[in-house]
Amino acid sequence: MNVLDATAQSIRDDIVAGRLSAADVCRAALDRISSVNASLNAFNLVDAERALGHAQDIDRRRAAGETLGPLAGVPVALKDNLDVRGMPTTASSKILEHFVPPYDATVVRRLEGAGAIIVGKTNCDEFAMGSSTENSAFGPVRNPWALDRIPGGSSGGSAAAVAARCVPLALGSDTGGSIRQPASCCGVVGLKPSYGRVSRYGLLAFASSLDQIGPFARSVADAALVLSALAGADPCDATTANEPVPDFSAALTGSVKDLRIGVPRAFVTDGVDDQVRRAFDEALDTLRGSGATLVDIALPHAKYAVPVYYLVCTAEASSNLARYDGVKYGYRSGKGKDSLKEMYSRTRDEGYGPEVKRRIMLGTYVLSAGYYDAFYLKALQVRTLLRRDYDQAFERVDVVAIPTSPTPPFRLGEKTDDPLQMYLADVFTVSANLAGLPGISVPCGFSSEGLPIGLQFMGRMFDEATLLRVADAYERVTEWHTRAPVI
Amino acid sequence: MPTTLTIADVERIAALAQLDLTDEEKRLFTRQLADVLAYAEQVQAIDTSGVPATAHVNSAQRTEREDVPRPCLSVEDVLANAPDAAADAGFFRVPRVIGG
Repeated sequence: MNVLDATAQSIRDDIVAGRLSAADVCRAALDRISSVNASLNAFNLVDAERALGHAQDIDRRRAAGETLGPLAGVPVALKDNLDVRGMPTTASSKILEHFVPPYDATVVRRLEGAGAIIVGKTNCDEFAMGSSTENSAFGPVRNPWALDRIPGGSSGGSAAAVAARCVPLALGSDTGGSIRQPASCCGVVGLKPSYGRVSRYGLLAFASSLDQIGPFARSVADAALVLSALAGADPCDATTANEPVPDFSAALTGSVKDLRIGVPRAFVTDGVDDQVRRAFDEALDTLRGSGATLVDIALPHAKYAVPVYYLVCTAEASSNLARYDGVKYGYRSGKGKDSLKEMYSRTRDEGYGPEVKRRIMLGTYVLSAGYYDAFYLKALQVRTLLRRDYDQAFERVDVVAIPTSPTPPFRLGEKTDDPLQMYLADVFTVSANLAGLPGISVPCGFSSEGLPIGLQFMGRMFDEATLLRVADAYERVTEWHTRAPVI
Repeated sequence: MPTTLTIADVERIAALAQLDLTDEEKRLFTRQLADVLAYAEQVQAIDTSGVPATAHVNSAQRTEREDVPRPCLSVEDVLANAPDAAADAGFFRVPRVIGG
Protein backbone atom coordinates (compact mmCIF):
# COMPACT_ATOMS: atom_id res chain seq x y z
CA MET A 1 0.00 0.00 0.00
CA ASN A 2 1.19 3.51 -0.80
CA VAL A 3 2.24 5.32 2.37
CA LEU A 4 -0.07 8.23 1.52
CA ASP A 5 -3.10 5.91 1.59
CA ALA A 6 -2.35 5.18 5.24
CA THR A 7 -3.94 6.97 8.18
CA ALA A 8 -2.01 9.52 10.21
CA GLN A 9 -2.11 7.14 13.16
CA SER A 10 -0.44 4.30 11.24
CA ILE A 11 2.14 6.61 9.61
CA ARG A 12 3.10 7.90 13.05
CA ASP A 13 3.26 4.37 14.51
CA ASP A 14 5.44 3.16 11.62
CA ILE A 15 7.81 6.10 12.07
CA VAL A 16 8.06 5.55 15.82
CA ALA A 17 8.72 1.82 15.24
CA GLY A 18 11.36 2.58 12.63
CA ARG A 19 9.46 0.95 9.75
CA LEU A 20 9.25 4.29 7.93
CA SER A 21 11.41 7.40 7.99
CA ALA A 22 9.73 10.76 8.42
CA ALA A 23 11.89 12.12 5.59
CA ASP A 24 10.62 9.44 3.18
CA VAL A 25 7.00 10.12 4.13
CA CYS A 26 7.60 13.84 3.63
CA ARG A 27 9.19 13.28 0.21
CA ALA A 28 6.25 11.08 -0.83
CA ALA A 29 3.82 13.86 0.14
CA LEU A 30 5.85 16.52 -1.69
CA ASP A 31 6.06 14.32 -4.82
CA ARG A 32 2.33 13.68 -4.75
CA ILE A 33 1.62 17.41 -4.42
CA SER A 34 3.90 18.14 -7.40
CA SER A 35 2.15 15.58 -9.54
CA VAL A 36 -1.47 16.60 -8.85
CA ASN A 37 -1.42 20.28 -7.98
CA ALA A 38 -1.44 21.49 -11.58
CA SER A 39 -4.84 19.76 -11.93
CA LEU A 40 -6.26 20.67 -8.52
CA ASN A 41 -4.77 24.09 -7.65
CA ALA A 42 -5.12 23.00 -4.01
CA PHE A 43 -1.89 24.57 -2.72
CA ASN A 44 -0.96 28.26 -2.61
CA LEU A 45 2.49 27.47 -1.26
CA VAL A 46 4.68 24.42 -0.62
CA ASP A 47 7.75 24.82 1.58
CA ALA A 48 9.67 21.62 0.79
CA GLU A 49 12.90 22.69 2.44
CA ARG A 50 11.28 23.59 5.74
CA ALA A 51 9.16 20.42 5.73
CA LEU A 52 12.11 18.13 4.97
CA GLY A 53 14.18 19.83 7.64
CA HIS A 54 11.50 19.19 10.24
CA ALA A 55 11.05 15.58 9.04
CA GLN A 56 14.78 14.90 9.28
CA ASP A 57 14.70 16.34 12.77
CA ILE A 58 12.01 13.78 13.72
CA ASP A 59 14.22 10.99 12.33
CA ARG A 60 17.23 12.30 14.29
CA ARG A 61 15.21 12.46 17.48
CA ARG A 62 14.00 8.91 17.01
CA ALA A 63 17.56 7.73 16.41
CA ALA A 64 18.57 9.51 19.62
CA GLY A 65 15.92 7.57 21.52
CA GLU A 66 13.68 10.54 22.27
CA THR A 67 9.96 10.08 22.86
CA LEU A 68 8.05 11.27 19.80
CA GLY A 69 4.72 13.09 19.78
CA PRO A 70 1.32 11.73 18.73
CA LEU A 71 1.64 13.19 15.21
CA ALA A 72 5.37 12.57 14.75
CA GLY A 73 6.34 12.77 11.09
CA VAL A 74 2.79 13.13 9.78
CA PRO A 75 2.58 15.60 6.86
CA VAL A 76 -0.09 18.28 7.37
CA ALA A 77 -1.38 21.06 5.10
CA LEU A 78 -2.72 24.34 6.50
CA LYS A 79 -5.44 26.52 5.08
CA ASP A 80 -3.80 29.73 3.92
CA ASN A 81 -5.48 31.83 6.60
CA LEU A 82 -3.36 30.34 9.39
CA ASP A 83 -0.06 31.96 10.31
CA VAL A 84 3.31 30.25 10.35
CA ARG A 85 6.23 32.46 11.29
CA GLY A 86 8.27 33.27 8.19
CA MET A 87 5.84 31.62 5.71
CA PRO A 88 3.59 33.95 3.68
CA THR A 89 -0.13 34.01 4.56
CA THR A 90 -2.36 35.25 1.75
CA ALA A 91 -5.94 34.25 2.70
CA SER A 92 -6.09 33.85 -1.11
CA SER A 93 -6.37 37.64 -1.34
CA LYS A 94 -4.39 40.23 -3.24
CA ILE A 95 -4.66 42.57 -0.26
CA LEU A 96 -2.20 40.45 1.74
CA GLU A 97 0.44 40.54 -0.99
CA HIS A 98 3.95 40.07 0.49
CA PHE A 99 2.64 39.54 4.04
CA VAL A 100 4.93 37.29 6.09
CA PRO A 101 3.63 36.68 9.61
CA PRO A 102 6.07 37.37 12.45
CA TYR A 103 4.55 34.67 14.71
CA ASP A 104 3.02 31.19 14.75
CA ALA A 105 -0.68 30.46 15.23
CA THR A 106 -1.32 28.49 18.42
CA VAL A 107 -2.54 25.54 16.32
CA VAL A 108 0.77 25.59 14.46
CA ARG A 109 2.70 25.44 17.73
CA ARG A 110 0.53 22.59 18.95
CA LEU A 111 0.72 20.62 15.70
CA GLU A 112 4.49 21.01 15.52
CA GLY A 113 4.75 20.29 19.23
CA ALA A 114 3.04 16.96 18.50
CA GLY A 115 5.61 16.27 15.76
CA ALA A 116 3.50 17.06 12.67
CA ILE A 117 5.28 18.26 9.52
CA ILE A 118 3.73 21.31 7.87
CA VAL A 119 4.18 20.97 4.09
CA GLY A 120 2.43 24.12 2.89
CA LYS A 121 -0.62 26.35 2.66
CA THR A 122 -3.84 25.49 0.86
CA ASN A 123 -5.99 27.56 -1.45
CA CYS A 124 -9.33 28.81 -0.12
CA ASP A 125 -12.06 31.33 -0.76
CA GLU A 126 -10.69 34.83 -0.15
CA PHE A 127 -10.72 35.43 3.62
CA ALA A 128 -12.70 32.17 3.94
CA MET A 129 -15.76 33.78 2.34
CA GLY A 130 -17.43 31.30 0.05
CA SER A 131 -18.83 27.81 -0.39
CA SER A 132 -16.96 26.72 -3.52
CA THR A 133 -13.34 28.02 -3.34
CA GLU A 134 -14.10 29.98 -6.52
CA ASN A 135 -13.53 33.27 -4.65
CA SER A 136 -9.75 32.82 -4.53
CA ALA A 137 -7.47 35.45 -6.03
CA PHE A 138 -5.37 32.49 -7.26
CA GLY A 139 -8.11 30.68 -9.18
CA PRO A 140 -10.52 27.96 -8.08
CA VAL A 141 -9.62 24.61 -6.56
CA ARG A 142 -10.94 21.61 -8.47
CA ASN A 143 -12.64 18.58 -6.96
CA PRO A 144 -10.38 15.48 -7.15
CA TRP A 145 -13.46 13.33 -7.91
CA ALA A 146 -14.43 15.41 -10.95
CA LEU A 147 -12.29 18.31 -12.12
CA ASP A 148 -15.27 20.27 -13.44
CA ARG A 149 -16.85 20.34 -9.96
CA ILE A 150 -16.28 22.58 -6.96
CA PRO A 151 -14.46 21.05 -3.97
CA GLY A 152 -16.72 22.97 -1.59
CA GLY A 153 -15.51 25.90 0.40
CA SER A 154 -14.13 27.83 1.84
CA SER A 155 -11.43 25.30 2.88
CA GLY A 156 -11.56 23.62 -0.54
CA GLY A 157 -7.79 23.27 -0.92
CA SER A 158 -7.42 21.45 2.40
CA ALA A 159 -10.29 19.07 1.56
CA ALA A 160 -8.96 18.38 -1.94
CA ALA A 161 -5.41 17.82 -0.63
CA VAL A 162 -6.61 15.17 1.83
CA ALA A 163 -8.96 13.50 -0.68
CA ALA A 164 -6.22 13.36 -3.35
CA ARG A 165 -3.80 11.67 -0.92
CA CYS A 166 -1.36 14.60 -0.88
CA VAL A 167 -1.47 14.62 2.92
CA PRO A 168 -3.34 12.49 5.47
CA LEU A 169 -4.30 15.58 7.50
CA ALA A 170 -5.06 19.24 6.93
CA LEU A 171 -6.45 22.11 8.95
CA GLY A 172 -9.24 24.41 7.86
CA SER A 173 -11.44 27.04 9.44
CA ASP A 174 -15.22 26.82 9.67
CA THR A 175 -17.36 29.96 10.07
CA GLY A 176 -20.56 28.63 8.47
CA GLY A 177 -19.57 25.19 7.19
CA SER A 178 -16.17 25.83 5.63
CA ILE A 179 -14.72 22.57 6.97
CA ARG A 180 -17.77 20.29 6.90
CA GLN A 181 -19.12 21.23 3.47
CA PRO A 182 -15.83 20.77 1.54
CA ALA A 183 -15.26 17.52 3.47
CA SER A 184 -18.66 16.38 2.19
CA CYS A 185 -17.87 17.49 -1.38
CA CYS A 186 -14.48 15.73 -1.40
CA GLY A 187 -15.46 12.51 0.42
CA VAL A 188 -13.34 13.02 3.55
CA VAL A 189 -13.91 13.62 7.26
CA GLY A 190 -14.17 17.25 8.44
CA LEU A 191 -14.61 18.35 12.06
CA LYS A 192 -15.66 21.74 13.41
CA PRO A 193 -15.07 21.74 17.17
CA SER A 194 -17.24 23.63 19.67
CA TYR A 195 -16.80 27.40 19.77
CA GLY A 196 -13.98 28.01 22.24
CA ARG A 197 -12.47 24.52 22.01
CA VAL A 198 -9.49 25.47 19.80
CA SER A 199 -7.51 28.71 19.93
CA ARG A 200 -7.89 31.07 16.97
CA TYR A 201 -4.69 33.00 17.75
CA GLY A 202 -2.98 33.27 14.37
CA LEU A 203 -6.16 32.63 12.36
CA LEU A 204 -7.11 35.59 10.15
CA ALA A 205 -10.43 36.70 11.63
CA PHE A 206 -13.54 36.60 9.45
CA ALA A 207 -16.50 36.48 11.89
CA SER A 208 -15.19 36.25 15.40
CA SER A 209 -18.31 34.88 17.11
CA LEU A 210 -18.44 32.01 14.59
CA ASP A 211 -14.90 31.12 13.40
CA GLN A 212 -13.39 27.85 14.58
CA ILE A 213 -10.37 25.81 13.42
CA GLY A 214 -10.58 22.07 12.84
CA PRO A 215 -9.10 19.10 11.00
CA PHE A 216 -9.68 17.26 7.73
CA ALA A 217 -8.77 13.57 7.77
CA ARG A 218 -9.64 10.32 6.05
CA SER A 219 -10.84 8.68 9.25
CA VAL A 220 -12.71 9.83 12.33
CA ALA A 221 -9.95 8.35 14.49
CA ASP A 222 -7.41 10.65 12.81
CA ALA A 223 -9.67 13.66 13.35
CA ALA A 224 -9.91 12.72 17.05
CA LEU A 225 -6.12 12.46 17.23
CA VAL A 226 -5.70 15.97 15.82
CA LEU A 227 -8.39 17.46 18.06
CA SER A 228 -6.63 16.06 21.12
CA ALA A 229 -3.46 17.84 19.99
CA LEU A 230 -5.17 21.18 19.23
CA ALA A 231 -7.78 21.56 21.97
CA GLY A 232 -7.54 23.53 25.17
CA ALA A 233 -7.42 27.01 26.65
CA ASP A 234 -4.88 29.49 25.32
CA PRO A 235 -3.87 32.75 27.04
CA CYS A 236 -3.49 34.29 23.56
CA ASP A 237 -7.20 33.77 22.75
CA ALA A 238 -9.62 34.96 25.43
CA THR A 239 -12.50 33.14 23.72
CA THR A 240 -10.98 29.70 24.37
CA ALA A 241 -12.94 27.82 27.02
CA ASN A 242 -11.59 26.59 30.34
CA GLU A 243 -13.13 23.19 29.68
CA PRO A 244 -11.29 19.97 30.45
CA VAL A 245 -9.94 18.27 27.30
CA PRO A 246 -10.67 14.53 27.30
CA ASP A 247 -8.69 11.96 25.33
CA PHE A 248 -10.88 12.01 22.23
CA SER A 249 -9.31 8.85 20.81
CA ALA A 250 -10.36 6.94 23.92
CA ALA A 251 -13.98 7.95 23.30
CA LEU A 252 -14.15 5.85 20.11
CA THR A 253 -15.78 2.73 21.52
CA GLY A 254 -17.42 1.66 18.26
CA SER A 255 -20.80 1.38 19.93
CA VAL A 256 -23.92 3.53 19.56
CA LYS A 257 -26.22 1.12 21.40
CA ASP A 258 -27.21 3.42 24.26
CA LEU A 259 -27.32 6.59 22.13
CA ARG A 260 -30.26 8.63 20.90
CA ILE A 261 -29.87 10.35 17.53
CA GLY A 262 -32.18 13.27 16.74
CA VAL A 263 -33.44 13.69 13.17
CA PRO A 264 -35.02 17.06 12.22
CA ARG A 265 -37.14 15.55 9.44
CA ALA A 266 -39.25 18.65 8.78
CA PHE A 267 -36.07 20.62 8.04
CA VAL A 268 -34.67 18.08 5.54
CA THR A 269 -37.21 18.79 2.84
CA ASP A 270 -37.20 21.55 0.26
CA GLY A 271 -34.23 21.86 -2.00
CA VAL A 272 -32.58 18.63 -0.90
CA ASP A 273 -31.34 16.56 -3.82
CA ASP A 274 -33.03 13.14 -4.08
CA GLN A 275 -29.72 11.30 -4.03
CA VAL A 276 -28.61 13.19 -0.91
CA ARG A 277 -31.91 12.36 0.78
CA ARG A 278 -31.56 8.68 -0.15
CA ALA A 279 -28.00 8.48 1.16
CA PHE A 280 -29.10 10.23 4.36
CA ASP A 281 -32.02 7.80 4.89
CA GLU A 282 -29.73 4.82 4.29
CA ALA A 283 -27.24 6.20 6.81
CA LEU A 284 -30.03 6.52 9.38
CA ASP A 285 -31.00 2.87 8.71
CA THR A 286 -27.39 1.86 9.24
CA LEU A 287 -27.24 3.69 12.56
CA ARG A 288 -30.52 2.11 13.65
CA GLY A 289 -29.11 -1.25 12.65
CA SER A 290 -26.11 -0.58 14.88
CA GLY A 291 -28.44 -0.14 17.84
CA ALA A 292 -28.92 3.63 18.00
CA THR A 293 -32.39 4.99 18.76
CA LEU A 294 -33.65 7.52 16.21
CA VAL A 295 -35.80 10.32 17.59
CA ASP A 296 -37.75 12.89 15.56
CA ILE A 297 -36.91 16.40 16.71
CA ALA A 298 -38.20 19.83 15.77
CA LEU A 299 -35.89 22.77 15.11
CA PRO A 300 -38.52 25.41 14.31
CA HIS A 301 -36.01 28.24 13.78
CA ALA A 302 -33.48 26.28 11.72
CA LYS A 303 -35.08 27.56 8.51
CA TYR A 304 -33.96 31.07 9.51
CA ALA A 305 -30.35 30.05 10.06
CA VAL A 306 -29.11 31.15 6.61
CA PRO A 307 -30.51 34.72 6.77
CA VAL A 308 -29.38 35.07 10.39
CA TYR A 309 -25.93 33.78 9.48
CA TYR A 310 -25.46 36.18 6.56
CA LEU A 311 -26.55 39.14 8.69
CA VAL A 312 -24.23 38.22 11.57
CA CYS A 313 -21.16 37.09 9.62
CA THR A 314 -21.15 40.06 7.26
CA ALA A 315 -21.54 42.52 10.15
CA GLU A 316 -18.56 40.96 11.94
CA ALA A 317 -16.56 40.74 8.71
CA SER A 318 -17.07 44.41 7.90
CA SER A 319 -15.50 45.23 11.24
CA ASN A 320 -12.71 42.62 11.16
CA LEU A 321 -11.62 43.52 7.63
CA ALA A 322 -11.31 47.23 8.41
CA ARG A 323 -7.71 46.48 9.44
CA TYR A 324 -6.58 45.89 5.84
CA ASP A 325 -5.95 49.46 4.82
CA GLY A 326 -2.52 49.57 3.19
CA VAL A 327 -0.72 50.87 6.29
CA LYS A 328 0.56 48.03 8.48
CA TYR A 329 0.90 45.13 6.05
CA GLY A 330 -0.08 43.86 2.65
CA TYR A 331 -1.01 45.67 -0.53
CA ARG A 332 -1.08 49.45 -0.91
CA SER A 333 -2.52 51.12 -4.01
CA GLY A 334 -0.23 53.35 -6.03
CA LYS A 335 -3.12 55.82 -6.26
CA GLY A 336 -4.03 58.27 -3.53
CA LYS A 337 -0.46 59.26 -2.71
CA ASP A 338 -1.60 62.67 -1.47
CA SER A 339 -4.53 61.67 0.69
CA LEU A 340 -4.79 59.05 3.40
CA LYS A 341 -8.51 58.58 2.86
CA GLU A 342 -8.11 58.08 -0.86
CA MET A 343 -5.23 55.65 -0.29
CA TYR A 344 -7.46 53.57 2.03
CA SER A 345 -10.39 53.36 -0.35
CA ARG A 346 -8.27 52.72 -3.47
CA THR A 347 -6.23 50.05 -1.67
CA ARG A 348 -9.35 48.28 -0.45
CA ASP A 349 -11.15 48.40 -3.80
CA GLU A 350 -8.09 47.12 -5.68
CA GLY A 351 -7.05 44.60 -3.01
CA TYR A 352 -10.32 42.83 -2.24
CA GLY A 353 -12.19 40.51 -4.61
CA PRO A 354 -15.93 40.81 -5.35
CA GLU A 355 -17.31 38.49 -2.65
CA VAL A 356 -15.30 40.14 0.13
CA LYS A 357 -16.47 43.57 -1.00
CA ARG A 358 -20.06 42.33 -1.17
CA ARG A 359 -19.88 41.08 2.40
CA ILE A 360 -18.19 44.21 3.72
CA MET A 361 -20.93 46.26 2.04
CA LEU A 362 -23.73 44.07 3.41
CA GLY A 363 -22.24 44.08 6.90
CA THR A 364 -21.74 47.85 6.85
CA TYR A 365 -25.34 48.26 5.72
CA VAL A 366 -26.88 46.09 8.47
CA LEU A 367 -24.82 47.88 11.13
CA SER A 368 -25.60 51.36 9.84
CA ALA A 369 -27.98 53.83 11.46
CA GLY A 370 -31.60 53.00 10.68
CA TYR A 371 -30.96 49.33 9.83
CA TYR A 372 -29.16 48.04 12.93
CA ASP A 373 -32.32 47.11 14.88
CA ALA A 374 -34.25 45.70 11.93
CA PHE A 375 -31.43 43.49 10.65
CA TYR A 376 -28.46 43.00 12.96
CA LEU A 377 -30.15 43.08 16.37
CA LYS A 378 -33.06 41.03 15.04
CA ALA A 379 -30.62 38.41 13.74
CA LEU A 380 -28.95 38.19 17.18
CA GLN A 381 -32.36 37.62 18.79
CA VAL A 382 -33.29 34.88 16.32
CA ARG A 383 -29.86 33.41 17.02
CA THR A 384 -30.99 33.02 20.64
CA LEU A 385 -34.17 31.25 19.51
CA LEU A 386 -32.12 28.89 17.35
CA ARG A 387 -29.84 28.08 20.29
CA ARG A 388 -32.91 27.33 22.41
CA ASP A 389 -34.17 24.90 19.73
CA TYR A 390 -30.92 22.97 20.06
CA ASP A 391 -30.92 23.17 23.88
CA GLN A 392 -34.37 21.60 23.88
CA ALA A 393 -33.41 18.95 21.33
CA PHE A 394 -30.32 17.97 23.34
CA GLU A 395 -32.49 17.33 26.40
CA ARG A 396 -33.86 14.35 24.45
CA VAL A 397 -31.01 13.25 22.17
CA ASP A 398 -27.22 12.84 22.30
CA VAL A 399 -26.43 13.96 18.75
CA VAL A 400 -28.35 15.36 15.78
CA ALA A 401 -27.98 13.84 12.30
CA ILE A 402 -28.56 15.92 9.16
CA PRO A 403 -27.11 16.04 5.64
CA THR A 404 -23.99 18.22 5.33
CA SER A 405 -24.83 19.76 1.97
CA PRO A 406 -28.22 19.78 0.21
CA THR A 407 -26.65 18.70 -3.09
CA PRO A 408 -23.59 16.85 -4.37
CA PRO A 409 -20.78 19.24 -5.45
CA PHE A 410 -22.02 21.51 -8.23
CA ARG A 411 -20.18 22.60 -11.38
CA LEU A 412 -17.58 25.36 -11.33
CA GLY A 413 -19.21 28.62 -12.38
CA GLU A 414 -22.75 27.33 -11.77
CA LYS A 415 -23.59 29.77 -8.95
CA THR A 416 -20.95 32.50 -9.22
CA ASP A 417 -23.38 35.07 -10.66
CA ASP A 418 -25.99 34.56 -7.97
CA PRO A 419 -24.63 35.09 -4.43
CA LEU A 420 -27.97 34.23 -2.82
CA GLN A 421 -28.05 30.77 -4.45
CA MET A 422 -24.48 30.21 -3.26
CA TYR A 423 -25.45 31.19 0.31
CA LEU A 424 -28.30 28.65 0.32
CA ALA A 425 -25.72 25.85 -0.08
CA ASP A 426 -24.91 26.48 3.62
CA VAL A 427 -28.41 25.67 4.87
CA PHE A 428 -27.40 22.64 6.97
CA THR A 429 -24.05 23.85 8.28
CA VAL A 430 -24.51 27.40 9.57
CA SER A 431 -26.63 26.39 12.60
CA ALA A 432 -23.71 24.72 14.37
CA ASN A 433 -21.69 27.95 14.17
CA LEU A 434 -24.55 30.17 15.31
CA ALA A 435 -25.20 27.88 18.29
CA GLY A 436 -21.50 27.19 19.00
CA LEU A 437 -21.97 23.43 18.62
CA PRO A 438 -19.44 20.90 17.35
CA GLY A 439 -20.21 19.27 13.99
CA ILE A 440 -18.59 16.62 11.84
CA SER A 441 -19.10 15.48 8.25
CA VAL A 442 -18.34 11.89 7.24
CA PRO A 443 -18.70 10.26 3.81
CA CYS A 444 -22.06 8.46 3.46
CA GLY A 445 -22.37 7.67 -0.23
CA PHE A 446 -21.87 8.71 -3.82
CA SER A 447 -24.22 10.14 -6.42
CA SER A 448 -24.91 8.30 -9.69
CA GLU A 449 -22.18 10.50 -11.22
CA GLY A 450 -19.67 9.29 -8.64
CA LEU A 451 -19.70 12.47 -6.54
CA PRO A 452 -19.28 12.23 -2.75
CA ILE A 453 -22.17 12.81 -0.34
CA GLY A 454 -21.65 13.69 3.33
CA LEU A 455 -23.51 12.97 6.55
CA GLN A 456 -23.31 15.51 9.36
CA PHE A 457 -23.62 15.00 13.08
CA MET A 458 -23.92 17.85 15.56
CA GLY A 459 -23.28 17.43 19.26
CA ARG A 460 -23.76 19.20 22.55
CA MET A 461 -21.37 22.04 23.21
CA PHE A 462 -17.97 20.61 24.29
CA ASP A 463 -19.20 17.04 23.80
CA GLU A 464 -16.98 16.24 20.82
CA ALA A 465 -16.35 12.87 22.51
CA THR A 466 -19.90 11.63 21.82
CA LEU A 467 -19.94 13.27 18.40
CA LEU A 468 -16.74 11.48 17.38
CA ARG A 469 -17.93 8.23 18.90
CA VAL A 470 -21.08 8.20 16.74
CA ALA A 471 -19.21 9.23 13.59
CA ASP A 472 -16.54 6.57 14.18
CA ALA A 473 -19.14 3.86 14.86
CA TYR A 474 -20.86 4.75 11.57
CA GLU A 475 -17.53 4.69 9.74
CA ARG A 476 -16.69 1.25 11.14
CA VAL A 477 -19.72 -0.36 9.48
CA THR A 478 -19.44 1.47 6.14
CA GLU A 479 -16.76 1.65 3.46
CA TRP A 480 -17.42 5.05 1.86
CA HIS A 481 -14.37 6.63 3.54
CA THR A 482 -12.04 4.03 2.00
CA ARG A 483 -12.74 5.07 -1.61
CA ALA A 484 -10.14 7.19 -3.37
CA PRO A 485 -10.53 9.46 -6.39
CA VAL A 486 -8.53 8.56 -9.49
CA ILE A 487 -6.26 11.46 -10.33
CA MET B 1 -39.68 47.48 5.95
CA PRO B 2 -39.37 46.52 2.28
CA THR B 3 -35.79 46.82 1.16
CA THR B 4 -35.20 48.96 -1.86
CA LEU B 5 -31.68 49.90 -2.64
CA THR B 6 -30.48 52.70 -4.88
CA ILE B 7 -27.08 53.50 -6.33
CA ALA B 8 -26.96 56.40 -3.85
CA ASP B 9 -27.45 53.94 -0.95
CA VAL B 10 -24.61 51.82 -2.26
CA GLU B 11 -22.38 54.89 -2.57
CA ARG B 12 -23.18 55.91 1.02
CA ILE B 13 -22.34 52.42 2.33
CA ALA B 14 -19.18 52.23 0.23
CA ALA B 15 -18.01 55.53 1.73
CA LEU B 16 -18.59 54.20 5.25
CA ALA B 17 -16.68 51.02 4.35
CA GLN B 18 -13.78 52.94 2.76
CA LEU B 19 -14.31 51.27 -0.62
CA ASP B 20 -13.84 53.27 -3.81
CA LEU B 21 -16.15 51.15 -6.00
CA THR B 22 -16.22 51.36 -9.78
CA ASP B 23 -19.48 52.26 -11.52
CA GLU B 24 -19.88 48.67 -12.62
CA GLU B 25 -19.45 47.42 -9.05
CA LYS B 26 -22.02 49.93 -7.83
CA ARG B 27 -24.58 48.65 -10.32
CA LEU B 28 -23.84 45.00 -9.57
CA PHE B 29 -23.94 45.44 -5.78
CA THR B 30 -27.16 47.46 -5.91
CA ARG B 31 -28.92 44.46 -7.46
CA GLN B 32 -27.15 41.70 -5.49
CA LEU B 33 -27.38 43.36 -2.09
CA ALA B 34 -31.08 44.09 -2.65
CA ASP B 35 -31.62 40.37 -3.43
CA VAL B 36 -29.86 39.24 -0.26
CA LEU B 37 -31.56 41.85 1.95
CA ALA B 38 -34.99 40.95 0.54
CA TYR B 39 -34.29 37.33 1.46
CA ALA B 40 -32.96 38.28 4.91
CA GLU B 41 -36.08 40.34 5.64
CA GLN B 42 -37.91 37.14 6.58
CA VAL B 43 -36.33 37.36 10.04
CA GLN B 44 -38.33 40.53 10.67
CA ALA B 45 -41.58 38.54 10.79
CA ILE B 46 -40.42 36.47 13.77
CA ASP B 47 -41.74 37.46 17.19
CA THR B 48 -38.68 38.22 19.31
CA SER B 49 -40.27 40.31 22.02
CA GLY B 50 -38.40 39.78 25.26
CA VAL B 51 -35.74 37.61 23.58
CA PRO B 52 -32.18 38.62 24.49
CA ALA B 53 -29.56 38.94 21.75
CA THR B 54 -26.79 36.35 21.35
CA ALA B 55 -23.69 38.19 20.21
CA HIS B 56 -21.37 35.49 21.47
CA VAL B 57 -22.06 31.95 22.75
CA ASN B 58 -19.46 31.82 25.53
CA SER B 59 -20.24 35.22 27.00
CA ALA B 60 -20.76 33.82 30.51
CA GLN B 61 -17.10 32.86 30.82
CA ARG B 62 -14.83 35.24 32.73
CA THR B 63 -11.57 35.73 30.95
CA GLU B 64 -9.85 38.32 33.09
CA ARG B 65 -6.19 37.99 33.94
CA GLU B 66 -3.60 39.93 35.87
CA ASP B 67 -2.47 43.00 33.97
CA VAL B 68 1.22 42.21 33.78
CA PRO B 69 3.64 42.96 30.94
CA ARG B 70 4.42 40.05 28.63
CA PRO B 71 6.85 39.71 25.73
CA CYS B 72 5.58 41.14 22.45
CA LEU B 73 6.81 41.62 18.89
CA SER B 74 9.78 43.86 18.28
CA VAL B 75 9.26 47.14 16.41
CA GLU B 76 11.44 45.72 13.64
CA ASP B 77 9.15 42.67 13.26
CA VAL B 78 6.05 44.84 13.28
CA LEU B 79 7.37 47.20 10.61
CA ALA B 80 8.79 44.45 8.40
CA ASN B 81 5.46 44.00 6.57
CA ALA B 82 4.58 47.66 6.13
CA PRO B 83 4.22 48.85 2.52
CA ASP B 84 5.97 52.08 3.57
CA ALA B 85 7.87 52.11 6.85
CA ALA B 86 10.22 54.69 8.28
CA ALA B 87 12.21 51.82 9.77
CA ASP B 88 14.94 53.91 11.39
CA ALA B 89 12.42 56.13 13.13
CA GLY B 90 10.17 53.20 14.03
CA PHE B 91 7.07 54.54 12.26
CA PHE B 92 4.52 53.56 9.60
CA ARG B 93 4.49 56.21 6.89
CA VAL B 94 1.11 57.27 5.41
CA PRO B 95 -0.05 59.89 2.91
CA ARG B 96 -1.10 63.33 4.14
CA VAL B 97 -3.83 63.09 6.80
CA ILE B 98 -4.87 66.75 7.13
CA GLY B 99 -5.73 68.85 4.15
CA GLY B 100 -5.20 65.96 1.71
